[in-house]
Amino acid sequence: MKVSFPHMGHLYIPLKTLFKGLKLEVIAPPPISQKTMELGVKYSPEFACLPLKINMGNFIEALEQGADTIVMAGGWGPCRFGYYAQVEREILQELGYDFQMVVLEAPDSRISELLLQLKALGEKVSVREAYQAIRFAWKKLIAIEKLEKKLEYCLPRAIDKNRLESIFERALQAIDEAESQQEVEKIAQESLREMEKSPFKSAEVLKIGLVGEIYTILEPASNCYAARCLGRLDAHVSRSIYVSDWVNDHLFGGYLRKSNHKQIMQSSRPYLNHEVGGHGQETVGSTVDFARRDYNGIIQIAPLTCMPEIVAQSILGRVSEELEIPCMTLYFDEHSGAAGVYTRLEAFVDMLQRKRALPSNSQLMEARA
Amino acid sequence: MSRVGIPRSLFYYYYYPLWKSFFADLGAEILTSAPSNRHTVERGIELAVDETCFPIKVYLGHVAELCREELDYIFVPRLVSVEARSYICPKFMGLPDMVRALIKETPPLIDITVDLSCDEKCFQKDIIRVGRLFTRQARKIQLAYQHGCEELRLCRSLASQGFTMEEAIKMWEGEPMEAESETDLNIGVLGHGYSLYDERISMNLVKRLRAMNCKVLLPEHLGSEVVEAEAATVPKRVFWTLGRKMLGSALHMSQREDVDGIIYLACFGCGPDSLIGEIIERKVRDNKPFILLTVDEHSGEAGIITRLEAFCDMLRRRRNYRSESKLSPYGASLHSFENTV
Ligand code: SF4
Ligand code: SF4
Repeated sequence: MKVSFPHMGHLYIPLKTLFKGLKLEVIAPPPISQKTMELGVKYSPEFACLPLKINMGNFIEALEQGADTIVMAGGWGPCRFGYYAQVEREILQELGYDFQMVVLEAPDSRISELLLQLKALGEKVSVREAYQAIRFAWKKLIAIEKLEKKLEYCLPRAIDKNRLESIFERALQAIDEAESQQEVEKIAQESLREMEKSPFKSAEVLKIGLVGEIYTILEPASNCYAARCLGRLDAHVSRSIYVSDWVNDHLFGGYLRKSNHKQIMQSSRPYLNHEVGGHGQETVGSTVDFARRDYNGIIQIAPLTCMPEIVAQSILGRVSEELEIPCMTLYFDEHSGAAGVYTRLEAFVDMLQRKRALPSNSQLMEARA
Repeated sequence: MSRVGIPRSLFYYYYYPLWKSFFADLGAEILTSAPSNRHTVERGIELAVDETCFPIKVYLGHVAELCREELDYIFVPRLVSVEARSYICPKFMGLPDMVRALIKETPPLIDITVDLSCDEKCFQKDIIRVGRLFTRQARKIQLAYQHGCEELRLCRSLASQGFTMEEAIKMWEGEPMEAESETDLNIGVLGHGYSLYDERISMNLVKRLRAMNCKVLLPEHLGSEVVEAEAATVPKRVFWTLGRKMLGSALHMSQREDVDGIIYLACFGCGPDSLIGEIIERKVRDNKPFILLTVDEHSGEAGIITRLEAFCDMLRRRRNYRSESKLSPYGASLHSFENTV
């Protein structure tokens, strides 16, 4: 059995570790490229949302490299994602690929079921080994996210941004190859320190909250590398979603560590009073939360036609007005171009900078007094 | 007497008789917005964020129109789920909040939450909560709701005799309806009811087909057991109520001798349509001629009419050919047709 899975940001690293730990042969799909996009677009329903199309590209490339089993997540609505695997399987079968698709249908907070499904995949492993595989994968995930957050903090402040990015990329690769938890920890510590040591500018940076649909937030190739662009434009980006939070909240029922998910959902009221599938309610809640924490602006990103995010966007206008925080929404599909996206990000950052330069009302009052 | 406004849009086409008699029994006066027209559409487009699907834009237009009237309430339900383990669409789940955020100064909204995905208890409570706006007698509220359900059944049985829900609602309100004239083709038509029966969104699809001598077969004309049984043949249950009904109807129609062809009306930018349309097309196209019409606020009537005419012509040619030669012309002729439209 040669197992593959869809890409979503750096998730491929812990996933590879997990499957290897389950004694499965893993064929990770090649990194998302122009070709991946083209394949995906060619064989997907025309009006499907972008993540499905990129999934398709990943699967085709992995199957071409010899994968025979695809592991995919499922779900029971209300959004399209729950039906992705069904459509994808049908199309791939029609294309003539010989494979099996394992759909992890674990509903929210049913870790026991998920474990059973994973265990069923790795027939040859004991429960103990399965548990260890999960632990090791989780460690890698946490290490990667520490690095990601550090990069988000340092990139806008650093003078030599290229150097910082290359430290990060090197660390990722080393973690991918690491064979033990100690090794992972060592790499993470060293790289974090190295990043901190980069010379920083003295000017204060803008703080921008990045909210929206989970895949678009986690997979840079699906958002024209918006977060990196912002960092290079000297803005400190904080995301509303990190994979570990999602795993913790949805798969482990908040068991792994303390979570502020409930509080975020609460913050969406009175603007949005019900969940709307996907991460629509989180988008509104996080926006309110960022505004309260004095962020300078919010950027919402999502695939074009994304239903929960369209609901959220409709509501963000009101949030933006009442809490006086500028919000911008960017939708992505296969036609999105990096240049166009960069221009819009740049304009938004400029606007925030001008706005900050203006003395705020209270300062004005003080000056007048 | 309280006046309650009901937008003539979205779930109006599935539930209006229920809501109308419910509120009327509680002593309210009901006002509906006018059928969708140019102004409704323009107003909706102005209010909505660009990426919103056409039906939601139209809905916002209806609500805005009602906001101009002297009303005590506007009825904007939050439809999460109308049956076990199913949803409608994420957008319906946030509808009252979208309305509040996008339209300033609405009369108070009656935003009852309909969520039957797990059990009915919450819903029953919410009915009482809404009913209390009009009366303090819980019993009266329950009776009004039961009466509403009966009226809805009545209206649906009218529709099942070959009418659209829009026509059935008119008949239910006492308007006479003409029987269908002569027809020579039988066409299955699928789509979300709020698109199909809204004359602006569907650009009068059903009436146009009838004018072309077609008998139109709709999901509402089929027994729900048949539809559900067919829908259950796919590997994973479709969790969108309307999507599942369409899939079941499509599978059923594709096996029926007396159905000449199938049309699916999709909305541009609609999430569920983008997947369900694809699945239906894959399942149906080998058995029946099939076209998928995608509409949005920019669609022109002329384009639609041309496609419908071409489709009907093809079906007629195909039938004559078949009755002459007794050969099945599936395949080549069908695909060459698809390429020409
Ligand atoms: S949340 Fe958005 S991107 Fe994800 S399945 Fe739903 S519509 Fe598609
Ligand atoms: S089902 Fe489609 S058309 Fe209906 S509200 Fe949702 S996205 Fe819009």
